[in-house]
Amino acid sequence: MSLILVLPVVVPLATAILCFALRTSRWGRWVSLGGTLLHAAAAFALVAIVSDGTVIAAQMGNWAAPFGITLVADALGAAMVAVTAVTAIATAVYALGDIDAERERLGYHALFQVLIAGVSGAFLTGDIFNLYVWFEVMLIASFGLMTLGARPEQIDGGIRYVTLNLVSTILFLMGVGLLYGMTGTLNMADLSIAVASLEARGPLSVVAVMFILAFGIKSAVFPLFFWLPASYHTPAFAVSALFAGLLTKVGVYALVRMFTLVFDLDTGFTHEILLWVALLTMLTGVLGAAAQSDFRKILSFHIVSQIGYMVLGLALFTPLAIAGAVFYILHHILVKANLFLVAGVAGRLCGSTELARMGGLYRSAPLLAALFLVPAFSLAGFPPLSGFWAKFLIVKASLDIHAWLAATVALVTGILTVFSMTKIWGAAFWTPHPEGLSPEPARLGAGARAALILPIAFLASLTLFIGLVPQPLLGFAEMAGAQLLDPADYIRAVLGDLP
Amino acid sequence: MEVLLVLCVGALTAASVYLMLARSVLRFLFGLVLLSNAANLVILAAGRLTTVNPPLIPEGASAPAAAVANPLPQALILTAIVIGFGLFAFALTLVLRAQGALGTLDSDDMTLAEGRPVPTTEDGR
Repeated sequence: MSLILVLPVVVPLATAILCFALRTSRWGRWVSLGGTLLHAAAAFALVAIVSDGTVIAAQMGNWAAPFGITLVADALGAAMVAVTAVTAIATAVYALGDIDAERERLGYHALFQVLIAGVSGAFLTGDIFNLYVWFEVMLIASFGLMTLGARPEQIDGGIRYVTLNLVSTILFLMGVGLLYGMTGTLNMADLSIAVASLEARGPLSVVAVMFILAFGIKSAVFPLFFWLPASYHTPAFAVSALFAGLLTKVGVYALVRMFTLVFDLDTGFTHEILLWVALLTMLTGVLGAAAQSDFRKILSFHIVSQIGYMVLGLALFTPLAIAGAVFYILHHILVKANLFLVAGVAGRLCGSTELARMGGLYRSAPLLAALFLVPAFSLAGFPPLSGFWAKFLIVKASLDIHAWLAATVALVTGILTVFSMTKIWGAAFWTPHPEGLSPEPARLGAGARAALILPIAFLASLTLFIGLVPQPLLGFAEMAGAQLLDPADYIRAVLGDLP
Repeated sequence: MEVLLVLCVGALTAASVYLMLARSVLRFLFGLVLLSNAANLVILAAGRLTTVNPPLIPEGASAPAAAVANPLPQALILTAIVIGFGLFAFALTLVLRAQGALGTLDSDDMTLAEGRPVPTTEDGR
């Protein structure tokens, strides 16, 4: 039982070592792809185990909790690892056509695998200091990927990304230290019990705000999101798709985990802050996107606005809202990664991702245009796509508790999202290319074309599938939400039966 | 001792905020180094400062005989120092590359990723 919890972390790390050894060989990319497939097998085995509502835990080195490091998988953790695996496969296939030999020689595949290990570790750990360590593993790999190739824009974007993320991790570390000082434990399940018996609620709220700040920078919420649109459009297309899909969502996951398990005592204070943060994040993100004129920058601002929906689900703190947040995170990772993949192909065909220098894609690449519409409309929340159900859950949850303002902002943001998507559609796909260029996909070569289009089609069909058959994922999200709101199973799995 | 440590953390944080408000990216990084050291001291203080025995278990015994100092914060700080060292080494290299690629470390002039041209000063620098 404990092996299956370790595999999603160990497989990518072992693959990373192999990829590093093979970085000058053309086999490195296939080893990397094989590693993501094995990782996915482990992740879906994990989902199969937890899908009936059980929570499994493993104590590393047989040090009993709360003294050793615990790995835990509940419905949310396992689902996050699984969606990470799906994104990893898609970007690994995409990388076959997108990452050049120079970047491979510099260790692209090894960094990619380390990033997957860091993300999976963060989703599975049950120890808060261990979460910090996985954050750092993820960060250092993402720093490498962000600046790989070292074009001047990448260095410039990289500086913003690196410095602000370092501030975030230091705040996180300070919060961990203070929380440990108050409770004497680092195990998250044990923390959940320890904070409940704490006399001093005031300092606890201060620490909670430190965690909001730290994870808020990570997940790019208002007013801490500025590093994201300043950097996500600079790295290689496969890298920005991976970042857009996964990295901010690790921050959101950490928020959801900490603010349902540990900081759930003073919800009138903490979740009120989260509510306003969520509303302002949605609005500023979508308005920021309206002002942009670059394909990837528009999408970057939309990451910010979509994060708002997830945080809103957490802030409303009802079973339906939490389930909606979980559904939203899972749907969003697939859709957003896919949109960045489409942006990559469109950018390569047109020679730029500036909308003013794009066009004619509908005529020359109709398949790409159709595949763009699926995630774009899903992002905006059109039925019958996955985004519709995600938005429906969040809006329904806000109406249920008479949070009229939250529901209004969520719907307005959806409409403004349509505006941005039609802007991209109009400029890049519909109108002819301004320089009279015909962006024929044939220019890419058959192998590269297949490697670039296959993952897009794969993710788009998943979006469509979730949209048409939402019931399984919906049920899963509801179960995950119930587990989050009542963490008794989680605590029992980690600490054993309590007296 | 706690008071001294608290004052020390306060001074470090104040200095780091002052440095991070500077326009030079290099000064920002130095501010980050100070802030991470402040975080390490916070963890040390959070683990309670005591003047008892070192946390060593005598040979043959399975638990310390008398009260001992808490060894966990030191383990955490050691981890944080090692990780911080790696990250700052990377960040310093990045700043060095930025000086080479962008020709400036003034954050106001670093506008390449925003799509604006790098402003040139009047003397044509």
